[in-house]
Amino acid sequence: MAEELSLLGMWASPFSCRVKIALKLKVVQYKYVEEDLFNKSPLLLKYNPIDKKVPVLVHNGNPLLESLVILEYIDETWQGYPIFPKDPYERAVARFWAKFIDDKLLPAIRRACWGEEKGREKAVEEATELLQLLEMELKEKRFFGGETIGLVDIVADTLSLWLTSFEEGSGVELMTREKFPKLSKWSHEFASTSAVKENLPPKDELTVFLKSLFGKPAK
Amino acid sequence: MAEEVLLFGVWGSPFSRRVEMALKLKGIQYKYFEEELTNKSPTLLKYNPIHKKIPVLVHNGKPIAESQVILEYIDETWKDCPIFPKDPYERANARFWAKFIDEKCLPGIFNACWGEEKQHQNAVKEACEHLKHLENEIGEKKYFGGEAIGFVDIVANIIGYWLGLFEEASGTKLLTREEFPKLSNWADVFVSSCGIKENLPLARDKLIAYFRSRFGTGSTDASK
Repeated sequence: MAEELSLLGMWASPFSCRVKIALKLKVVQYKYVEEDLFNKSPLLLKYNPIDKKVPVLVHNGNPLLESLVILEYIDETWQGYPIFPKDPYERAVARFWAKFIDDKLLPAIRRACWGEEKGREKAVEEATELLQLLEMELKEKRFFGGETIGLVDIVADTLSLWLTSFEEGSGVELMTREKFPKLSKWSHEFASTSAVKENLPPKDELTVFLKSLFGKPAK
Repeated sequence: MAEEVLLFGVWGSPFSRRVEMALKLKGIQYKYFEEELTNKSPTLLKYNPIHKKIPVLVHNGKPIAESQVILEYIDETWKDCPIFPKDPYERANARFWAKFIDEKCLPGIFNACWGEEKQHQNAVKEACEHLKHLENEIGEKKYFGGEAIGFVDIVANIIGYWLGLFEEASGTKLLTREEFPKLSNWADVFVSSCGIKENLPLARDKLIAYFRSRFGTGSTDASK
């Protein structure tokens, strides 16, 4: 049975990257379509009329939206490498941390790096506290998923390359090796994993792009 | 094997009621602990140190926080009366709409009811656009889950019941029958369904008074 799989994404988006990583881990072939976010294709608007965002995974003509939803679908549809744990409680814990990263941590990091200067100190404090929670959750594990990368690692992709680019682009330092030895080590290990390494955008270009997208740096 | 299921919630919260709805639909016995949001118990803080919020489900000593995460756990652990569809694409669709309700609809509703007065008209327009998506999604179905209540229906409890309270508390009407006949019809069916109607907080006046005291009396003077 011929299977048709396309991913509408954007090179600088960590959310699109999550889906690429997952598909790579599952060794699933797909067609990649690069979207211009300032000039969205009729295809994207057709598949995601709700918020017109990437990533969109289209499987046999059926569109899937929202990176976390897509990751669950990928894990349920293709066997092989498990992205989610098997045990229901561990799955709940993974979903909890994935939500934490997207709902709390990423907005806080954005505010700390790119928010208004007068609120900067408080924003940095908040982002630091939230990163600390993730540092504690990692404990002595190599990855959040244990010995191999799992859902939370993939969702935390923003904390690897993107956070470094945010910091370089904005001048705000958040995840230092001194304050976050475990996360810093994780970030390096994560980015060196082959499924991740092949799908990361080039750092310098990313930094320039993020800087232009989010505004003036702190210094 | 003795099973211990505890639920920490708040009587007026749609989020903790979601969990109760799921537990009741599946016929799961649990012990309920009412929390006071201004004076949270040490037990709650121990079980949810990250967010310190309700609901928290504790199953055989293991805590789970976040209502949608809890609902997924409940469905994976107790197999009777499934809340989620079987098909992976339909499951993805359900997860998408649940996310949409909590991440887009709900903040939009709050903004329309209690946002800045000068932004009121735009906020109402945006909230209604979100409701329109839900109107289109429910279509001719009895429930979002099809013939039986499912994950999206439970998450949409806010639209089905609490929205009416928000509207009364703030003076901003959003879910009109003229503009949203299907969604209004779904709401009627939802609140009278078995497993749901027994789990709705019925003291409406008390809830309305609470929302007013917590969020304000709303942009009632703004022209609509």
